[in-house]
Amino acid sequence: MKRLILLLVSLPLLSSCSDQWGWYVVDPTTKTGLTNLKFLLSGLEQTVLMSFTAIAISMVVGLAVALPGMSSSKGWRRFNRVYVEVVRAVPILVLILWVYYGLPQLMGISIGVFGAGVLALALSDSAFQAEIFRAGIQSVNRGQYEAARTLSLNYVDTMRFVILPQAIKRILPALGNQFVYMLKMSSLVSVIGMQELTRKANELVVTEYRPLEIYTILVLEYLVLILAVSGVFRWFESRMQSDER
Amino acid sequence: MTSVHSRVVINMQGVDKLFGDFKALDSVSLQVHEGEKMVICGPSGSGKSTLIRSINGLEDIQAGEVSIAQVEVDGSRDARIGMVFQQFNLFPHLTVMQNLTLGPMRVSKLSRLDAEARARACLERVQIPEQADKLPRQLSGGQQQRVAIARSLCMEPDIILFDEPTSALDPEMINEVLEVMVGLADSGITMICVTHEMGFAKRVADTMVFMDGGKIVEQSPPEKFFNAPESLRCQQFLAKILHH
Repeated sequence: MKRLILLLVSLPLLSSCSDQWGWYVVDPTTKTGLTNLKFLLSGLEQTVLMSFTAIAISMVVGLAVALPGMSSSKGWRRFNRVYVEVVRAVPILVLILWVYYGLPQLMGISIGVFGAGVLALALSDSAFQAEIFRAGIQSVNRGQYEAARTLSLNYVDTMRFVILPQAIKRILPALGNQFVYMLKMSSLVSVIGMQELTRKANELVVTEYRPLEIYTILVLEYLVLILAVSGVFRWFESRMQSDER
Repeated sequence: MTSVHSRVVINMQGVDKLFGDFKALDSVSLQVHEGEKMVICGPSGSGKSTLIRSINGLEDIQAGEVSIAQVEVDGSRDARIGMVFQQFNLFPHLTVMQNLTLGPMRVSKLSRLDAEARARACLERVQIPEQADKLPRQLSGGQQQRVAIARSLCMEPDIILFDEPTSALDPEMINEVLEVMVGLADSGITMICVTHEMGFAKRVADTMVFMDGGKIVEQSPPEKFFNAPESLRCQQFLAKILHH
């Protein structure tokens, strides 16, 4: 955190010793600067809303894809493999374009920029979430399943009360990682016109011709957002660590 | 020690269990009667654990049949089988009380209050009523195994299987677990124990079973088993574990 503040302070200082920088464009003490800054920050809500919705959906879908992967039935396991391999192979940007431009043509419906963004991000992320969940669930000792079975717990109860609570604790660092990754990938949705952080910056660059300063602000916006998310995950981890065996 | 029993509650006929090419159980037949205390021993890899794990379906079998009798308790139902494992297999993220109430609440559909009352009664039976709110890792090995016994008792089993329940314990904790098991045996429940604790076997067993190479080699009452075992392999095994 200290280093971040140092960075924030040092950037305007840099500008005074080099004529490459023109911080006036986002100087909050001037009227245009303040307007520009507000404009850049106005994308935050969309970035957060879209990423968080997509991640929430992808975790549910990921778990639903992970569970058949550990089934004793070959058909279910194959479904898991095919889903993960196919979805994982498509670049997120390609998926965004396909969902936004292709899907409406295929299905005859229009889902809008936000819907397309969330769907593409969630779809792409779900394959990775599925692998994370599978690894976590498989790391739980066999004896836990056997104990649950000798108590006659059914599959759903075994997962819900015995296996998942232990698995989630172990995969929390990986989930945090994936969360951060998705926050960053949400910037790609700017290509279809989603009014999120990156799109706002692009639009401002076009009118102000100061890419260096504006994209630097954009970098800082993501940095702050992601540090906040990392912080929350670390807090969760340390809380859960306290009742580790 | 209870005397000869009436009804067969577990009937195994010609059971084969294969792990790849390895025959862990080789055409095993075994009857267990209601209220019987059976102790199974034998060298490691002889199929003892596999045998009891095939009784409650933790191992699927490749040939033969395992049938569990019906019992008449408020109507007729399959006999319930509890199990205690060598490695305890307590749920590490749940407190002792939660470990004990999970089955009764989710399976027997008891209310939390009823389940907790039953759990406290079970903890009394294993003599650790004061540990209800602790997590398993805060307990000693002997205490954890007693919690595991209490957890299976909470499901009110008709039959209870013990798979080397003291093998993972420090020596000074073995007796506290065995004492609880002796107490259980006196209550009349049907018990099958895989164990090398021959002192315990002499105290509670109605039937001793010796296994080797996936087969039941010797099956006899303890008086005969310890004093005049028929097979040479059983004699050698007993000589090794009794004289040191």
